[in-house]
Amino acid sequence: MADGRSSGLRIAISVIFALIFAIIELPDFMNAARPHLLLLFVIYWSLSSPRIAGLMFAWLCGFAIDVIKGPVFGQHAAAYLLVAYLTHKFQLRLRIFPIYQQTMWVLVLLVIYEFVVFWIDGIIGPAVTTWLRWLPVLTSTLLWPVVVATLDTWNRARR
Amino acid sequence: MVTLSSDSRPIIGRGPPLGARFFVLAVASITLMVLDHRGGYLEATRSWLQTAVSPLYAVVQSPFQLWDWITGTFSDRDRLRTENTQLSEELRTARVKLLRFDALTEENRRLRAIRNASQGIGERTLIAEIVRIDVDPYRHRVRINKGSDDGVFKNQPVLDAFGIVGQVTSVDRKGAEIILISDNEHSVPIQVNRNGIRSIAMGTGDIHRLSLPFLTIESDVKPDDLLVSSGLDGIFPAGYPVGIITKVERDPAETFAVVEARPLAQLDRSREVLLLWVDQRAEQPVEVIPEAIPTTTPGTPAPTAPTAQGTPAPPPAQPRQ
Repeated sequence: MADGRSSGLRIAISVIFALIFAIIELPDFMNAARPHLLLLFVIYWSLSSPRIAGLMFAWLCGFAIDVIKGPVFGQHAAAYLLVAYLTHKFQLRLRIFPIYQQTMWVLVLLVIYEFVVFWIDGIIGPAVTTWLRWLPVLTSTLLWPVVVATLDTWNRARR
Repeated sequence: MVTLSSDSRPIIGRGPPLGARFFVLAVASITLMVLDHRGGYLEATRSWLQTAVSPLYAVVQSPFQLWDWITGTFSDRDRLRTENTQLSEELRTARVKLLRFDALTEENRRLRAIRNASQGIGERTLIAEIVRIDVDPYRHRVRINKGSDDGVFKNQPVLDAFGIVGQVTSVDRKGAEIILISDNEHSVPIQVNRNGIRSIAMGTGDIHRLSLPFLTIESDVKPDDLLVSSGLDGIFPAGYPVGIITKVERDPAETFAVVEARPLAQLDRSREVLLLWVDQRAEQPVEVIPEAIPTTTPGTPAPTAPTAQGTPAPPPAQPRQ
């Protein structure tokens, strides 16, 4: 279908944008709260174009994060994979939820993600145990409605 | 609510079922982690991939570079002139100090020649710039803009004008990653400059604090003692300043004192660092005690138990130019 290619392009653009956002320098007080934008995009695309943004897509996105900032290859890839799996598993339900309920689900997914990353950190070395570590979960959750609104608008405009 | 694009999944699944795909990819990630972490087989791949993403770094870097260029071009003459006077002033004092230092080096060489312990200092340095990339707020790693094209190698010591900054953990062609001495997976073997007591300064994850957990309560250390590198790891050459002791707490009930130090290098401020090549032919291994400093690579299970410490991966000293 003609839509497949254009939404593929949109996915690629959003991924590159999110990767840049992941490494760009932020002021110190915002740095610890930097939201996992790429993960939100992966969840969004898994819901909206599940055929293109499958598990392999999520895994590759996680792998890209590993290359940029991971202590070990496969850490974020595994965490992204788990989140994408859960999203795909419950996509039919998730998609029709009203936005607040969806946000709650995203919060759960983010907690799972952070936990997996934290857990693997603990296996490979001394993990950082400060509570600040969970701050990105909160900021990412708050960002979810914004992400949905923005990408939905973009999708509709291009459709 | 997420709008569904027209290419929704068919109800009858295509390809292998979700669970199977999940399983295959999960096994792939675990294999990757084991290979990378336990075996270290992916060094070359990592370096290659890092090179592949370097355009991304360039994109992120470009607005800052543009700004630097603009401010550099349009900075006014007065400011440049004051800066110039100030710098020549500093240069003059530094020259005078250097004169004395030259004499001392010469004397040191003579004395060492007498003692037949050649620990010559044949060193070459290269200035590298820290790239404005945030890797992780909790891991003290930074990227620099010099890579294997400039001869940077893994475990190379990195300094700034005030002391030891850290060491190189991974190199690709256009850049390298540095672990700072304050990272909680890093430790430096040090010596108290005043009396030569040897110990290990471990990073804490706090950029202003190092911890020295292996000093007994009887050890002769006190606040404001200067810590210099002892060179026992074969990575950091001996005698470079590392930190200043800030706190010593002795609890008679404990074996070890609680000792903390402040890194001398401006870990959070310097934009420019010095890469150091030590002429290893001149530097004979100085009484290396492998048992005393077990070796770990950065990223290997960095030990929390006080038995296994060490600077990340001191390999046997390799000859460098």
